[in-house]
Parts: sequence; C-alpha cells; structure tokens
Amino acid sequence: MSETLPCIEAFKKEVNQWVTKNKPAPPTFLMPQSFMEVGTDEQFEYLREWQEKVYNAGYLGMSWPTEYGGGGMPEIYQDVVNKELVAQNTPFMVNTLGLNWAGPLILNMGSDEQKKAYIKKILSTEEIWCQGFSEPDYGSDLGNAQLKAERDGSEFVLNGSKIWTTLATQAQRMILLARTNTNTESKYDGLTFFLAPMNVDGIEAQPIKKLTGEHGFCQTFFNDARISEDCIIGKEGGGWLVAMKTLMFERGAEGGQAGGHTSMPVTVEEVAELSKRVYRDGKPANQDPMVRDELVKLLMRGKAMSLNGARSKIPALISERPTSIAMSVKMLATELSKSIGDQATSLQGSNSLYFVGDDYAVDGGRWQRTYFQAFSGTIGGGTTQIQKNIIGERVLGLPKK
Amino acid sequence: MSENTNMIKKAGITFSEEQGQLLEIAESFSRDKAPIATVRNLIESETGFDKDVWTEMVNLGWLGIAIPEEFGGSGLSVAEVVTIVEPMGRMLLATPLVSTTLAAQLLLNAGTTAQKQDLLPRMAGGAIAALAMHEEHGDWDISHVTCTGVISGDTVTLSGIKRLVTDAKVADTILATISIAGIPSLVAIDSGSIDSAALQRETVIDETRRSYRINLDGISVPATNIFDAEKTAAALKRYHLLSCLLLSAEACGGTAGAMDITLNYLNTRRTFDRFIGSYQSLKHTMVDILTDLEAARSFLYYAAGVIDTDEGEAAVRMAKAQSSDNFAYAGDRAIQFHGGFGFTYECDAQLFRRRAFWTANQSGDAIYHRKRLATLLLD
Repeated sequence: MSETLPCIEAFKKEVNQWVTKNKPAPPTFLMPQSFMEVGTDEQFEYLREWQEKVYNAGYLGMSWPTEYGGGGMPEIYQDVVNKELVAQNTPFMVNTLGLNWAGPLILNMGSDEQKKAYIKKILSTEEIWCQGFSEPDYGSDLGNAQLKAERDGSEFVLNGSKIWTTLATQAQRMILLARTNTNTESKYDGLTFFLAPMNVDGIEAQPIKKLTGEHGFCQTFFNDARISEDCIIGKEGGGWLVAMKTLMFERGAEGGQAGGHTSMPVTVEEVAELSKRVYRDGKPANQDPMVRDELVKLLMRGKAMSLNGARSKIPALISERPTSIAMSVKMLATELSKSIGDQATSLQGSNSLYFVGDDYAVDGGRWQRTYFQAFSGTIGGGTTQIQKNIIGERVLGLPKK
Repeated sequence: MSENTNMIKKAGITFSEEQGQLLEIAESFSRDKAPIATVRNLIESETGFDKDVWTEMVNLGWLGIAIPEEFGGSGLSVAEVVTIVEPMGRMLLATPLVSTTLAAQLLLNAGTTAQKQDLLPRMAGGAIAALAMHEEHGDWDISHVTCTGVISGDTVTLSGIKRLVTDAKVADTILATISIAGIPSLVAIDSGSIDSAALQRETVIDETRRSYRINLDGISVPATNIFDAEKTAAALKRYHLLSCLLLSAEACGGTAGAMDITLNYLNTRRTFDRFIGSYQSLKHTMVDILTDLEAARSFLYYAAGVIDTDEGEAAVRMAKAQSSDNFAYAGDRAIQFHGGFGFTYECDAQLFRRRAFWTANQSGDAIYHRKRLATLLLD
C-alpha cells in the first residue's frame, strides 16, 4: 500500500468508535457460542450480516493481500480490531471455517485463480465454507477417508458421505478430502484435496440434531456428484499434505487467519463472577472453602493459557520444545471450556437441573449448553486423546509402536 | 536496579537480554558440572556440594546478580537469578546459591547500612549465608516465631532451637528469625559465635541437601546485628514471595529433569515386544506432565517479572502452586514408570521425587498457596 498507515493509537480510537456505533443489538435468541451451534436461519442471518458489515468497514482480512480483497496492512491492525470486537462482546464471525482455515490454506497453497475466485467472497460472506473431512466410519483417522472421487475426463465423480459438516446447509463451498486412488501402497497417497462447490446435483446436506438438542452439524451425502478437476488444491494424490496444513490452521498452530473471533468466549472470570450469585449454606458460593479451591484451579488454567501464549513469543523460553505450546493450545483450550461449563453448571446448586428453554435456567441455560457444546472442541479437529498421541510422538519423541 | 535496555515484553511476561544469556550459560554449566554420577557422589560427601563448582559460580558473578553494584554485585534482579536456578534444579545441582541470594535480599530490604556494607560485598564474593526460619512447630508462617532474643545493653541473648537450616555448617553468616519482645525480628549470627556442639546434622528427605539443627541457647550477638525493626515485617513478606519464586524455579527445572529420565526409559525399555513409551497410558501421562510444566514455566517467568508489583503476590503463588504439584506428579510417575527398577535406590527417579517434596514443602505447598490465591482472586 502506498498510502501511509494510520498511527496505532488513533486507529484504536477509530475502531472503538466504529464498534460502539455499529455493533448489533442483542438478539432475541440465546446467542450461539460458535459457528458449530448455528442451528436456525434467523441465527445465521444475524451473524452473516454482522460479518459483512465488519468486512465492508475494512476491519476483516486486514492483513490479507489487497489483490484478493484483503487490506494489505500489518497484522497489528487486525489485532487491534480483534481485541476491540472481543472487548465489546460482539458476535463471532460466522464464516469461521473460511476465515480461519480454508482462506489461509488457499492463500498458502492455492493457485492465483483460486485466490481470486474465493478469498474475497470468504471475507464478504458471499460464500460460506464448510469442511468435508470426517466420515461416519472414520472419525479421528482422517487418513482413512473413503469418499470416492473417480476421474472421468476433466471431472471427478463423488460418492460417499461426510459427517460433522458444520453449516453445510448454508454453505456454497466445502474443503473436501476424497480418495482418488484406492490402489496406493500407503493410504495417504490416494487422497486428493478439493475446493468443492455445494450447489451441484448429487450433493445433499442434512442437519444432525446434536446432544444439546439443537441443530448445527450436518451430514453431507454425495451421489454421483460431478465437480471439475480445477477444484483440486495441491496435487492429485497429494491431499494428505494439504489436509495436514489445514489442520495446522484449524488448531491455531499456524497463523495467517483473517481476523475476528470465532466464538463467544466463556471465561474463567465469568465462573468466578457466577459464584457470587449462587448459594451454598445460605451464603454466596464463593465463600465456600472447597468451592474456592476449585475456582482457583480453574482461574489458574485460564491464566496459564494466556501466559503460554505470551511466553511462546519469546524464543529463548521455548527453545527446547518450540512446538509444544502451539500444538497443545487446541487441546487445553477445549478441555478448559468443558471444565468451565461443568463447574459453572454444578455451581448453581439445584438450579443446575434446568436447561436451555426454561425461564428459571440460570443465565438462560448458557452454562449447561457450554458443557455439552464443548465436546465439539474436545472431539472435533482430532480428539483430546489423539492430540495426546500426536504431542507425545512429535513433541516428546515417544514411539508410535 | 539497572535498566535493562533490551527487554522483551509479551502480554504479562518480560524477559531481559541478561536473562537470556544467563539461561543459556546456566544450562550448559549445570549439565557440565552435575551429571547424575556426580550428584550421587556428592550425596556421600560431607558438605553435599563441590567447593570448586561453588567457586566457579562465584567467579561467574552469580552470587552478586541481585546485589546492587555499590555492594559489589551486578545490580540486576532476582528475575535473573530465576534463570540460573531453573537449570540447576533440572540437574539436581545443590548449592547454597538460593539461601545466599535470599539472605542478601533480606539484608537489602531490612538490613542496617552497616550490616549491608559489611555483609553484602562478602556474599557477592561467595561467603555463604544460611537461613534459620524453621522451628519445631513446622508451620510455614515465618512470623510464627518461638525462638527469642533478649536485649541487654549492647548484646542480644538468643534462645530456642532452629531447625532445617541448610548448609549451616559451611555458612559464614546465619540469618535467623527471633522474637524480640513478642515481635518477629531478624538477626545476623556470625558462624564463629556458634559452638560446634550447638550444631547438629539432620536427616532430610532430599539427600542432596545438608541440613542442621541449631541450638541458640546461650548465644549472644551484638545488638547491632538486629535488622531494622521498622522494615522487618515487609522484608519477611517479600522474602516469603522470593523464596517461593526460587523454589518454583527449582521445581520447574526438577520437573524437566524427572521428565528427561522417564522419557529416556520409555524410549529404550521394551515389554511385550514394544517400547513402553508406545503405550498410551504412559504416553498420555507424559503429555499431561509436559503441558503442566509449560503452564508452570509460564507462571514462573511471569512471576519473575512482576514480583515487585501489585500483581506479584498472585503471580508468585500461582507459580508455586502449579510447580509444586507438577514436580510431585512428575517424580511420582517417574518412579512408577520405571517399574521394578523404580523401586530401587539405584534408580534416579527417587532423587527427583525426594527433591519434589523438598521444594513443595518449603514456604507452602499448592493448597496453602491456592487458599491465599482465593482471597486475592475471589473476594
């Protein structure tokens, strides 16, 4: 960019004013905590409008290249925006997958045509993205994906199904891992990664009712659906490499995301605050010695997460195992969210027996839902148990077999 | 304290160029000076540490790190001491560095001008200082003092028994808490004024340490050896936090050391035709220990940077709570994962578990600190 960059302090002020003026009024529904919880058109539209507004104001994809629709600015400006969006408790960015993993992936490994075709629409919400990785019979064993993509001239014919395709009913695009060759020595070599369209005959998304009773997840079925070979990102047969890169973005182990937050964070501080509004033996629960100890442990887990983030930017303090913190962020953050939901629910005494939908539910049943919803994090993107295998093997060097 | 010009600041954690340099030097120094065979040999020795290694540490300037330049130190802070204590803890290198550093801080915070001028340059030059804080009651509260001092003219006559005074026998000076007219006070005792019969060696859980009981009955020292009464309470409070900080550094190092020997065993020992490290029950536990250690190190370096600010107390207590529990668990699993060998004295795992008790159960264990954190964070 040829024009001079705004000074940070002035920019902070500008962003603060814009967000104050433009943030949407609180919704009439219980706000979903992440894109995985968006179950109704009403919720989706509320969130989509907000992302579009933020992008149009120039506050999303600020560090992505201008030629593809980004702002071409240093990351620090997006950081300022991100902080302000969180500070003012604004809704999360609904095109989470596009902004945080499909987009960075395309920018990192895609062709110029692909970048031109997809990046701007990810930012503007013109195209919502979903992910076709897991299959009903193969959860965490991604390398075993069996959805078939058979070459027919310049096209591929897709047959099979993908599960946990969040937002698939709303999405125009899917990042799709499919098997293009069933006769390879290694199962990994038969995989190809596609940037697939959803509006194709033979592709059908069906919502799945989650353990919370809400919709949000989908299963997507492929019946002789035809897509162009131009949809391949990376090489035919080189899909595993692309998938691994995607997971790096998904787990936050690699940067380059468009910005904006991905969830309405539930914080340990909120649980501490809740403890003052609920009761034990006629007194606020935060005066109960055993409750206090459990709360301190939870607060420490939250504090450790943020300090880990700070420390990981000081090379001398992570030199021995440079990837250790980055590779465990997803596991620790999702397990912490679940503990927050669990502890905050139990704190409510007999009121913890209510659920979303009852007028007497504390905070609208938010904590109960937080707990159940948190399993999407501890299971999705590689379960906690798989993460421990990966960290044990890659960070600690323990043997696989 | 001199200004660090090249300080990295990252959302709560500050890290100076000096810390970076010291960390690097101390890592190789500790590896070089304290291979496990040397640690084992020193367990059998009289003093428990190698005088030549101590001299090298003195020559490196490590005893004067947190002592101002005017008293012969280099004018840095305890944050820089943290970066050498951590790698020493990892190799179980036991020296009087921590006690001497803490004694110097007590002097700086509550010593009289004459005391500072007399003792600080000596300490920076390697004169060992021991701390006599513990008593029969075993209470971690250092203001719970039953030993007494009675002032009469120019002297103060001491009485009572101090316990768990590490390295007392080789110390030049011993700083003791005593009650004068019911008020917890500090007094410097020259080792020359302690009769050898008053000093009795104790058997302690960490065999790399040397600990003594001191019978103060009949010992008299000049009244000028009493610290500034007005500054003593605050100095003792800060001492408690500094002690926790350095123990946390030692515990973080020790956790890494326990992990080192365990990982090595998991990668070489085979059962049922598999390396035992491939079993998930062991692998996953090691990952839990790793992530706990990462948290503890983050608390440690955060606390090192903010100890003298409003955030200091909470930061230090979090570091101590986290590192104490981690080290205990890492040591416990180190023994268990070595199987039958772990049950033997020959296996090094017990050394780490013993050290974990040693660091956790000084200046308060995890529960003790979480109780105080609850007051700081929840009320």
